Amino acid sequence: MFKRLAEAERQAAGAPVRITVDGHAVACRAGDSVAAALFASGRDACRDTVVGEVPRGPYCMMGVCYDCLVTIDGRPNRQACMTQVAEGMNVERQRGAREVQ
Amino acid sequence: MRVTQCELLIVGAGPAGLSAAAVAAALGVDTLLLDEQQAPGGQIYRAITTTPVTDKRILGEDYWHGASLLEPFKASGARHEPGATVWSISRMTAPDPEEGFEVGYSVGGEARLLHARHILLATGAQERPFPIPGWTLPGVVTAGAAQILLKSAGLVPGERTVLAGCGPLLYLIAWQYLNAGVKIDRILETTPPGRLQKALPHVFDFLRSPYFGKGMKLVREVKAAIPIVKGVKGLKALGQDKLESVQYTVDGRTEMMAADQLMLHQGVVPNVNLSRAAGVEHDWNPAMDCWQPKVDAWGATSLPGIGIAGDGAGIAGARAAEYRGLLAALNAACVLGHIDAARRDQDARPYWKALERAVRGRAFFDALYKAPDEYRRPTGDTIVCRCEEVTADQVRQTVALGCSGPNQMKAFLRCGMGPCQGRFCGLTVSELIAEERGVPVPEIGYYRLRFPTKPLTLGELASLPQTEDSRQAVIRMKKRGGA
Repeated sequence: MFKRLAEAERQAAGAPVRITVDGHAVACRAGDSVAAALFASGRDACRDTVVGEVPRGPYCMMGVCYDCLVTIDGRPNRQACMTQVAEGMNVERQRGAREVQ
Repeated sequence: MRVTQCELLIVGAGPAGLSAAAVAAALGVDTLLLDEQQAPGGQIYRAITTTPVTDKRILGEDYWHGASLLEPFKASGARHEPGATVWSISRMTAPDPEEGFEVGYSVGGEARLLHARHILLATGAQERPFPIPGWTLPGVVTAGAAQILLKSAGLVPGERTVLAGCGPLLYLIAWQYLNAGVKIDRILETTPPGRLQKALPHVFDFLRSPYFGKGMKLVREVKAAIPIVKGVKGLKALGQDKLESVQYTVDGRTEMMAADQLMLHQGVVPNVNLSRAAGVEHDWNPAMDCWQPKVDAWGATSLPGIGIAGDGAGIAGARAAEYRGLLAALNAACVLGHIDAARRDQDARPYWKALERAVRGRAFFDALYKAPDEYRRPTGDTIVCRCEEVTADQVRQTVALGCSGPNQMKAFLRCGMGPCQGRFCGLTVSELIAEERGVPVPEIGYYRLRFPTKPLTLGELASLPQTEDSRQAVIRMKKRGGA
């Protein structure tokens, strides 16, 4: 579990960016990546893997491991660590492999 | 169709890219810097303009040195496009081969093209894979990730936290946490006994290096505050759906401790996906157990028109990256005809000296913190390819079946074919095959990497503006197909 240092917490509380994560409201610090916002809200898993369907969370935070893939505003496989939070953003956990539609 | 044009394209806004852009643009080179992040700094100076960690004592003066790279960059007139991911580089064959390269990149999910006469890759390093049992569990992150969370978002671990592995970064982040009032629970050092003796031939340079004084003070402060266990073997992350405990063996005793957060680090390796896909020749560095592009002292590669600067050309650290960037930029300015070779050599003189100072002492670190065999060549059901969830046993057994190399291994197991494109399994797979076959790693080689070097949706690709030539190419093919 991660927590914010005082200055980061002050920024997050002062002018929060509000997003939704799997239906739950989450207040974020402006400028944070979606992955950082997930960690700050106590979530260390963001998807279930495509092969073993086991929980997985952000690992590298720099855009190279692709473990932080989430669905953002209906678009799947977005890198949570490379995407900044935006007001009203809807983040959903990805569960297993995608069905062919 | 309008395509962005530039003389020099620099990819990556870390110390190498920023300093290169500043000096090239100041010499009159039309320079464009593309960077994946929203703000300059790369990973080492991540969020240097936006960090909420404003108390400078927390991250330390080496981090804040990064701010000094920004002013010359801004003043130089170099163009900067943040949030831009480069995914292809190809030499133009038409209409005029002299024009250089066509580069594909994306900004905010929209694909774009640009033309550049010269390219400097400054894409830096990534964490070396650290395949131990349970390294895929939520709650396990790289130490680099932990540092990015601290720099960019002011996030620190709130509960029982273990740092494990080897290398200066482990101590640096523990020290930064201490400065922020956060005490982690334990440091597990994997450096095997006897390493210091191997590093001793380089100790004289280390003692004369800037690392020595600063490093010793930092290590002393960390040692005084945090329990450190040395010679850790058999490291495992345990838990059902998330990390619950960390297990390890020391002096033949197996220990277990409850943990909410495990941060892993065993050095960094060059980020080779772009340079490999571009066709640059690479060598195996046996001292550091990684691939690195073949470059000359100016960062020029085996491909005319493509240079590489910074850790992406071989790990040497942030300060060295800065000078390697400056040198590569001078060379690019010379190749592009803005300065002659005499001016290049004259301007470069202070940078060579600074570079020599910056790398002094690194051979000592490299020998001391060489990642142990056990943590580079896993066994059993330890996951090797995180994306496709392929285990060490599967890779080893597939070699026994007759699979001789990493590209064939993809066909058998899909390792390296997930979204990370081998970034977190490539080194391990090559080393495992080499070990099983009893041949050196260079004989095994690496995955054949192709563009796009980052996953791209079809919709994104389709958003590319079409040229008359590209339309005609498809029309002609259709006609041939119908005939």
